[in-house]
Amino acid sequence: MTAGVATGSLRSAFVALVRRDLLLAFRRRTELLFPVIFLLVVVSLFPLGIGPSMELLARISPGVIWIAALLSTVISLDGLFRSDFEDGTLEQFVISGHPLTLIALAKILTHWLVAGLPIVLLSPLLAVWMNLPDGTMGVMVITLVLGTPILSLIGAIGVGLTISLKRGGQLLSLLVFPLYVPILIIATAAVMAAADSLPYTQFLGLLVAGLITSLTLAPFAAAAALKISLS
Amino acid sequence: MTEKTPNKTKLRKNPVVLFIHKLGSPAYFYHFTGKFIPWFWAIFLVLTAIGMYQAFFVVPSDYQQGESFRILYLHVPAAWMSLLAYIIMAVCAFIALIWRIRVVEILAMCSAPVGAAFTVVTLVAGSLWGRPTWGTYWVWDARLTSELVLLFLYLGVIGLYNAIDEPRKAARAACLLALVGAVNLPIIHYSVKWWNTLHQGSSISLMGGSSIDSSMLWPLLVMSIAVKFYYGANLLTRSRVKLLEQDLRKGWVRNIVREGK
Repeated sequence: MTAGVATGSLRSAFVALVRRDLLLAFRRRTELLFPVIFLLVVVSLFPLGIGPSMELLARISPGVIWIAALLSTVISLDGLFRSDFEDGTLEQFVISGHPLTLIALAKILTHWLVAGLPIVLLSPLLAVWMNLPDGTMGVMVITLVLGTPILSLIGAIGVGLTISLKRGGQLLSLLVFPLYVPILIIATAAVMAAADSLPYTQFLGLLVAGLITSLTLAPFAAAAALKISLS
Repeated sequence: MTEKTPNKTKLRKNPVVLFIHKLGSPAYFYHFTGKFIPWFWAIFLVLTAIGMYQAFFVVPSDYQQGESFRILYLHVPAAWMSLLAYIIMAVCAFIALIWRIRVVEILAMCSAPVGAAFTVVTLVAGSLWGRPTWGTYWVWDARLTSELVLLFLYLGVIGLYNAIDEPRKAARAACLLALVGAVNLPIIHYSVKWWNTLHQGSSISLMGGSSIDSSMLWPLLVMSIAVKFYYGANLLTRSRVKLLEQDLRKGWVRNIVREGK
């Protein structure tokens, strides 16, 4: 595939792509709701599985909410490049002349807006369900704000690699969950430290570092993965 | 153009560069490594025999752990190898992605199953060792946990490689994943370490913080070298088979079949 001459500026291409994807997502509103409902169902399974003891729920709540967020993200990730890959739009993006990294970043941003942001917005409800310790709600929301974009960024690499497979979704979870381990650990550590009234800003700092690192590296890796899948 | 040509020919004459270029050729690689593999097996067997004899009959039993500590001579070399195999895979993946050398792609992909096997050996030996010393087969110790995540990383690479039908595309995709994993591996390792100290009041240290006596140490070193040779032999054998599979219809494979060498 040879790249053509790009028309329009980088910024206009970026904005146009985000607008288009958001529009597409909101035209298929029910599909948009699946990962959100999935999140609610997964969290509600925990009290059913381990009993309604409020103390126990409070102890495990940061972990449960974060694991549910991880699962919900992986569920929604499959749609990140799927329809564009199947109808050939992705190949058109590649030959458009705009850097594929930028296109990947636009897709990732859209993914976070439609899949990551709802998790952040729903987290207060989940916190009430799971009896999250008092005074840690704010930290929980901050970790999700900082952490869920990392999930989308790293996930995009996995999606890029598995996009050409018929049933890539099953493999995708195997590829990305090990990479999610540090985020899960640091984010839950922050909430747990806050619950024990210990300092937790260092964990938030680590999450910011993770966000910056993945923001600068992951789009390139995702673009490279897409190029391999399209070759 | 005319300025570049002498430079290039000069580079070609450099014996090291020439040798590396030659190794990139599947036929040359096949014949060259074929000479080494028997030696690797032989060195592995001799060193293992020495190391195992020392480990089982010569080294005194540990004053705290008794006889069970002898599993160390399998567990620790396997653990070192499991990590080194990932590093070798990542380095090969890096080279393969940049220069697109098929032999190196194959080396990277053949390193994954061997490394994964060593990770399994480490985990199994570790949990068998844990039973008499810790009283349980599994604790969420930092090392055990990062070894488990390492296994998942290996399985991801192997899974992706096997899922894509076209071999070169599969290798490139899996190589990229191996590199992403290599960037993440130190982060995973340290985060698991922090997690362990944060969530568990006290963590069980494998070595108890005490250094190992030199009479116990040298069989360990012998075993770890033996394991390296096993890895080398296994990796090269796998790579040669893979090359034969991929090049079934090529001339050099036909020559091997026809001439029996």
